[in-house]
Amino acid sequence: MTVALAMPGHAIRRETAGRLAMLGAAALVLLALAVTDLVTGPSGMPLGKVLAAFAAGPDGADRGAATILWQLRMPQTLTGVLVGASLGVAGLVMQTILANPLASPYTLGFSAAAGFGAALGIMFGGLLPLAVWIVVPASAFAMTLVACCLIYAIARARGASPEVLVLAGIATLFFFQSLQSLLQFLAAPEVLQQIVFWLFGSLLKSSWTSVQAIFLILCIAAPILARDVWNLTALRLGEANAASLGLDIDRLRRRCFALVALLTAGAVSFTGTIGFIGLIAPHVARRMVGEDHRFALPVAAVLGAVLLVAASVIGKLISPGAVIPVGIITAIAGIPMLLAVILKEGGRR
Amino acid sequence: MSLDVEGLSVRRGRREVLAPASFALPPGCVAGVVGPNGAGKSSLLAAVAGLLPAEGRVHWQGRPLVPQQVGFLPQCFAVKSRLTVLECLLLGLRESLGWRVQPAQVAAAERMLARLGLSQLSDRPMEALSGGQQQLVLLAQRLLRRPVLLILDEPTSALDLHHQVQVLRHVRAHAEETGGVVLTALHDLTMAARFCDRLLLIEAGTLTAEGPPAEVLDEPRVTRIWRIDIEILASREGHPVIVPH
Repeated sequence: MTVALAMPGHAIRRETAGRLAMLGAAALVLLALAVTDLVTGPSGMPLGKVLAAFAAGPDGADRGAATILWQLRMPQTLTGVLVGASLGVAGLVMQTILANPLASPYTLGFSAAAGFGAALGIMFGGLLPLAVWIVVPASAFAMTLVACCLIYAIARARGASPEVLVLAGIATLFFFQSLQSLLQFLAAPEVLQQIVFWLFGSLLKSSWTSVQAIFLILCIAAPILARDVWNLTALRLGEANAASLGLDIDRLRRRCFALVALLTAGAVSFTGTIGFIGLIAPHVARRMVGEDHRFALPVAAVLGAVLLVAASVIGKLISPGAVIPVGIITAIAGIPMLLAVILKEGGRR
Repeated sequence: MSLDVEGLSVRRGRREVLAPASFALPPGCVAGVVGPNGAGKSSLLAAVAGLLPAEGRVHWQGRPLVPQQVGFLPQCFAVKSRLTVLECLLLGLRESLGWRVQPAQVAAAERMLARLGLSQLSDRPMEALSGGQQQLVLLAQRLLRRPVLLILDEPTSALDLHHQVQVLRHVRAHAEETGGVVLTALHDLTMAARFCDRLLLIEAGTLTAEGPPAEVLDEPRVTRIWRIDIEILASREGHPVIVPH
């Protein structure tokens, strides 16, 4: 009896150590990929020169190398890490609150709204007394929040059940996609080209401003989500069970929903639409560390970053002269991954 | 009395699914809610638990009942989660869990698992368990919360006879140890008569009888409500045994 009772406590400690090791391993892979991303690029700068530019700092004597590393590659890599982390976390939270393994920030039409906002900024930004690099992300960000308010209003009126949220999200998705198409139809050819490029999803638009803005949003969202880790974990047992444990599910859903909107808005407004990260990273995270959100959330963040930075490295390696946008790489790589998820989930039922 | 329910009623749209019901139960009491399918048992239980919008009042020792005092186990449903049994039990202590789970919390969860004979399932994922095993784990989770009012909606529906008896014994022990009240919906009238101190009989959304099992379960009433011909015998301990013909 004593042995039997002693075992689970031991098992939970061993499990915790294993999960922390997984998190550490994922962080090391991310670090390796980030370094690889920093030392590769269309300029073909040799490794020795990259290291010298890194050691010399942003004001180094070799102005060309300093600009490439500190003003182009570094913000791109860091934006990739932060956007991937934001999408990974947003995807996991979305799948948990909607009890839907195929939910992602795209399910609720946030990316379509951001795309419409960006297209609006590209077309009419010139009429405002502001620089285009501010207007486009600001407009994408604002439109994502408009989509969030729209769905939130429907959820307030009809209850924040997963079905209501998903249906409201699909309606929002089609609404903003049709508006986006309308703008593309009306746009002049050169403006249309800019809109299409934005929609590809690319880290080439990154700057230190994007790094700071996305980092700030993550800093706002992280402590709020950290407070809800056990509530989100309880939701994995099903809505009825979580409610009977005294959890106010509607309130939790609304709070998390607003955070997902904020994280997605921050991520996509600077890079454009990047698919599949928010869908795949949570699945892999749950397979690696289980459904305890104390571990699943940080692992989903790191894996999201791993996937996006890996896509960036692949994009540079495939086409060294002209970098392929990460949005295209993640979409191509994401389809087989999505099929694998569907087949795996189907097998579980 | 510990639990006082007064004029509790539930409406769905214009339809009244539970007519105003009033009853009071003493400390340590296990009360069974019986009635045919669709009579309103689940509505009564969910309304007492505060999980359904309802009119009327529910008081515990003279004060309005708060959600933290209630442990509610809904009707059997499949849990499709990879959370382990031990993790599931720990979620019963959700309000007091921090980033680091305290050894005392793990020990309490392990003790409860051992008590219900579930220790060997501790590290199994919930989705890998049978319906009956899931039901037992979820009951253990509720017992771990030590609620003053434990509400169970057909807690034995997926269990074999051995586990039915085991669950109802644990429920009785919980009521005696904590001085709380247990309110449980049961379909098996003989089991209800054997393990409950009092029965609440619901018929078409109305509480029509309340009292000790021997008083509530009389032959003409059971025959009329369940529309079957029965005979009521007495067990060795004097509990009613319902035998259908």
